[in-house]
Amino acid sequence: MTAEQFFFYAFAAMTVASAAMVITVRNPVYAVLSLVLTFVASAGLWLLLEAEFLAIALVLVYVGAVMVLFLFVVMMLDINLARLKEGFIRYLPLGVAVAVAMALMMALVVGPEHFGLERVPAPERHGPEYSNTEALGRVLYTVYVYPFEIASVILTVAIVAAIALTLRRRPHTKYQNPDEQIAVRREDRVRLVSMKPERRE
Amino acid sequence: MNVITRVFKSLFLLELLRGLRLTGRYLFARKITVQYPEEKTPLSPRFRGLHALRRYPNGEERCIACKLCEVVCPALAITIESEEREDGTRRTTRYDIDLTKCIFCGFCEESCPVDSIVETHVFEYHGEKRGDLLMTKDRLLAVGDKYEKEIAAARAQDAPYR
Amino acid sequence: MMAEALQAFLEFYGALPRPVQILGQIVLLVAPLMVCVAYLTYAERKVISYMQVRIGPNRVGPRGWLQPIADALKLMFKEIIIPSGANKFLFIISPVISIGTALAAWAVIPFADGVVISDLNAGLLYVLAVTSLGVYGVIIAGWSSNSKYALLGAMRSAAQIVAYEIAMGFALVGVLMAAGSLNLGEIVRAQAGEWGPVNWFALPLLPLFLIYFISGVAETNRAPFDVAEGESEIVAGFHVEYSGMAFAVFFLAEYANMILISALATIMFLGGWLSPLHGWAPAGWFEVPVLGLLLDDGIHWFLAKTAFFLFCYLWFRATFPRYRYDQIMRLGWKVFIPITIVWLLVVGGFILGGLPPWWAPAG
Repeated sequence: MTAEQFFFYAFAAMTVASAAMVITVRNPVYAVLSLVLTFVASAGLWLLLEAEFLAIALVLVYVGAVMVLFLFVVMMLDINLARLKEGFIRYLPLGVAVAVAMALMMALVVGPEHFGLERVPAPERHGPEYSNTEALGRVLYTVYVYPFEIASVILTVAIVAAIALTLRRRPHTKYQNPDEQIAVRREDRVRLVSMKPERRE
Repeated sequence: MNVITRVFKSLFLLELLRGLRLTGRYLFARKITVQYPEEKTPLSPRFRGLHALRRYPNGEERCIACKLCEVVCPALAITIESEEREDGTRRTTRYDIDLTKCIFCGFCEESCPVDSIVETHVFEYHGEKRGDLLMTKDRLLAVGDKYEKEIAAARAQDAPYR
Repeated sequence: MMAEALQAFLEFYGALPRPVQILGQIVLLVAPLMVCVAYLTYAERKVISYMQVRIGPNRVGPRGWLQPIADALKLMFKEIIIPSGANKFLFIISPVISIGTALAAWAVIPFADGVVISDLNAGLLYVLAVTSLGVYGVIIAGWSSNSKYALLGAMRSAAQIVAYEIAMGFALVGVLMAAGSLNLGEIVRAQAGEWGPVNWFALPLLPLFLIYFISGVAETNRAPFDVAEGESEIVAGFHVEYSGMAFAVFFLAEYANMILISALATIMFLGGWLSPLHGWAPAGWFEVPVLGLLLDDGIHWFLAKTAFFLFCYLWFRATFPRYRYDQIMRLGWKVFIPITIVWLLVVGGFILGGLPPWWAPAG
């Protein structure tokens, strides 16, 4: 077994195991941390495919930002573990049915005919000079430029929509404007008046 | 101040740079730290340190067990018991100051009609166990005997302002 | 004699298997780094006390030089207390995450031309990704301590780091555009030119430079952005329950991160190992036997520039009061990100227009 194979199986096992942990552990914080591990392990798999840009972007975006926010929310939750375990048997048939249906659908769409070395050849090896980032950029801004731009416009619309949905201006709330607070000068607030001393009779 | 200059000022971090300039200047300022065990700051004659019980020059203890200090003590650190001595004078049999309670306000010294309980210049004392910080009559008198000269000098210096 | 010994050592080194060589390089990097961290704490106490007209530590050893050693010994011999109700596994692992991510990023830092452990093509992205993982140490520490203050600190840190990472990322995009490479060594080489210091990216990317460094201060949870620790409001934030060596590891990670941010700022904006004397000093200066070596490019310039940024860190801490939390968020989202986006467009214009001396006119 070459070192590469060894690393592939190590990362693959880690991905599968931690993905299984995500849905089996009771503690939601553990589940999120397992998901983080899943992302890191799949980033490792991508590195083995010489897709270093994708691997690092995965770590940067998902692990570094998205999962931090996940963790942020999950840590705030006060979850009663005993309540969560209730009704497991009752919902089991429905859950199994949904899982089987999904597995069938996935098998139909991405069935075994899409896998295997004879159908998908192993990616060719490039030297250390090869830059995945540059190749990706070239493809993204030539062949796929329209899908790429459309996707970014859709994302921008989604961001604006999310802000518009949550932004409520309540008329009677009072809030500070740090700009004005900082800009205050002594001259604006204090007036020194020179007065003649008054004599009390 | 109009909005544009305000934005300009905050954008170019002018105020922050002014703050940095100030601390930067102080970086080179003369340092005023007193290297304590080797150097010491002067103490006022009114300094309130460790307590002491004084004696008259003939060796007679000053305290007459009037218990004014016990009453005035805001921290309830002083405990006094008294008895008649053979010669018919009233004297203390017990005079304890609990230094762990004492707040060194100096009220005991102010209230004393015979200048018996005083606070000395001594502040470099320590106790290794709790009992070390309970000053009994004997120990207070011993402190007074040891520092009588300094105590008398400090009182004399402060006398014109009393 | 010396040359022979060096030759023998190089032969011995070349014969070692590759992993052992890499291990040797790592030790060669981490050991001095830890010494730097120790003496950075000493420098911090000295600089801040000088700015406060005090003297600072001067008792342990001559002028207090042994103070960090004494501190380290004290922390090593203290007990690590695990609070009851804490999540033991996560409690122990979080300082490890902190120090691990803080040290991992050093792998791609070029100290001088070619002096780098891993000459990664996507070095800039790698640094950004690894530093973004450091927040997990803080968050997990805060959550697993089972303490209110620690949790508050972790929450603040999470929101703050996510906010400032975007501004930092945009600043790095500007560098990427200017240099045309993600490789940190290439970025430094792109700043070399006949104009010397003017060729460095600090000038054309000045807003990005400032924003990068300020975001870096926020990212390392240093004053005035130290709300995650905020000793005057939430005691010590995320590491309130840590003691002894576990606390010391957090401390090491924080200071290693400070040095890392300073080194990155040096590489990306101040021309890394390039000498500021190029471009205006007469060429004869570099020919003087020993002095010329000192004046020419080299690792000492890199270290000097990094030390300058570290001094700025300490200077900021001595000068500015802590930001209020909502103002930190406002600064990150409403000020830094718009400025970086605008300046990215400006930089794009510069590059298209071929603004000399940084970019050759489009031909």
